[in-house]
Amino acid sequence: MNKLKIFALLLVSLLAFGAAGCGGVGDKDKQVVYVYSWGDYVDPEVLRIFEKETGIHVILDEFDTNESMYPRVAEGAVHYDVICPSDYMVQKLINNDLIQPLDFTKLENAKKYIGEEFFKQAETFDPGNKYSVPYCWGTVGIVYDKTKVTDPVDSWNILWNEKYAGQILMQDSARDAMMIPLKLMGKSLNETDKDVLAEAQAMLKKQKPLVQAYVIDEVKEKLINSEASMGVVFSGDAVIITAQNPNMDFAIPKEGTNVWIDGWVITKDAQNVENAHKFIDFMCRPDIAVKNFDYLGYSTPNTAVYDLEEDEAVKNSPIAFPSPEVYKNQETYKYLNNQMDEYYNNLWMQVKVD
Amino acid sequence: MFNHGTRNLLLTPFLIWAGLFIFIPLVCIVWYGITDYDENFSLINMGLIFERGYLDALKLSIWLALISTVICLLLSYPLCLILTERQRDNSTIISLLFILPLWMNSLLSTMAWQTILEGNGIINQILRLFGLPALQMINTEGAIVLGMVYNFLPYMVLPLYITLTKIDKRILEAARDLGANSWQTFVRVILPLSLPGAISGITMVFIPALTTFVISALLGGGKLLLIGNIIEQEFTFQYDWHVGCALSVILMIFIVLNMILTTYFDKSHEEEDF
Repeated sequence: MNKLKIFALLLVSLLAFGAAGCGGVGDKDKQVVYVYSWGDYVDPEVLRIFEKETGIHVILDEFDTNESMYPRVAEGAVHYDVICPSDYMVQKLINNDLIQPLDFTKLENAKKYIGEEFFKQAETFDPGNKYSVPYCWGTVGIVYDKTKVTDPVDSWNILWNEKYAGQILMQDSARDAMMIPLKLMGKSLNETDKDVLAEAQAMLKKQKPLVQAYVIDEVKEKLINSEASMGVVFSGDAVIITAQNPNMDFAIPKEGTNVWIDGWVITKDAQNVENAHKFIDFMCRPDIAVKNFDYLGYSTPNTAVYDLEEDEAVKNSPIAFPSPEVYKNQETYKYLNNQMDEYYNNLWMQVKVD
Repeated sequence: MFNHGTRNLLLTPFLIWAGLFIFIPLVCIVWYGITDYDENFSLINMGLIFERGYLDALKLSIWLALISTVICLLLSYPLCLILTERQRDNSTIISLLFILPLWMNSLLSTMAWQTILEGNGIINQILRLFGLPALQMINTEGAIVLGMVYNFLPYMVLPLYITLTKIDKRILEAARDLGANSWQTFVRVILPLSLPGAISGITMVFIPALTTFVISALLGGGKLLLIGNIIEQEFTFQYDWHVGCALSVILMIFIVLNMILTTYFDKSHEEEDF
């Protein structure tokens, strides 16, 4: 942490201000847990129930991409206890020694209710399942407007179809953007061969004139308002979009997709390890998992949810509860290494600057 | 007004503030900008501006900032001239209308422009109502310029308005008495006298327009990256402080250049006066 040295003076003064701002001495007894999660990723009611039952106050901060979360955790500017990163980012945090092994004796609900197949899939980024408990999972596919898209949507190829110029929304994140041309080429989404990656980048550059915008969270709103005819969307968002705009449908291209898993982890320098375990285990309790599932729309690895879910339409939804074939033989992102990470990001930056 | 000791005492809070939050961060930025990952002196990150197409982004930023500054200037002059000539009551209302948008968060007003310009936005809905073809407005350079002009126009209007009100009316009357028509009065008298206001207006519009990343992110759809967006992404996504700081230093060079140019014009104009 040599980096921090020259900030010493700044930090000391900031800490002094911070300490002064943190309220009276009485607060010392108050139980807290600092949670850092995706935007709008936990039902607010669930947090209220947790505080009521345990007396532990939850302080929740939100991030919008794994890449923007990482620097804040790595720099240690704020001490979070629990974070909810995705697969490859869990691996990066493990590799850089930023998270600690979980104590599964304190995670009864996790052991009991999280499906075995998800722990198995999670082994690709968390060998031995020591560090993370799966929270949500899903795939990436194309949401399209049935009234405007006349061609069958079964391949990533349609995103290069000039008929739909200006009607295509792409994800603004290096891994998700590169995944699509890589899959079209029949390659792995964890590809590290620089020639193959250059080819994938060239395809994205070629596609750029057809793209309406590169988006992250805005994709939901834009597709609900029929602002575009198709967009690359995470399955959970697809549940919400298709529910609110009946013209929209969701398809997973035949070339394959990314099966992603977001999981709860506890940071290395967590101050409230006990509370962090309580929080994670609470999230795995069936009645709580159902609440979060209804709120989010993202598929859950919690095996108890299907039986507790009351809405028949959701129960029958192939997007919310996909058949096992969907994720059979599909890949999950792996953390490649710092150089490769940077390489991917640069390739993507150049597409956007082009 | 104050003796030496009191003056120093009163200055201390600002000096501490400036030291902690202006000087030290600036030193840090330059330090990161001219070092590599092993903290050795290196200009390799500065050199990146010539690679990866970043130079194009810088050129685009300068170009769009220039266009917006010129548009702001062209819009402000007539407006301010009318304001100074009007009755006091009227001008208060008009100037209030220009300052009012400043009370609203610029992020929100830029997002409002999104809904106005979108494919299914307000303008296109009106066009469709009359059977006219829809326009592609959002995610273009034009949309970014529009956002810049909208956000930064008050910063041009205010200094210009203040210098124009300070011009002695008798000078204008003298110009007319001596036979100058309106155009000649404007070019020969008002323009030179209002130049200081225009110059500070130019600086106050050009610099935020050059460095913005919010406007281009919201109205450019992530397809048009300005140098500000690249710096932001270097810090947030790439987690590369060295490159981010190096690019910031380069951008600062352009800002300083801009300031040197404007003070030069300001000076040469003052010399003319005497």
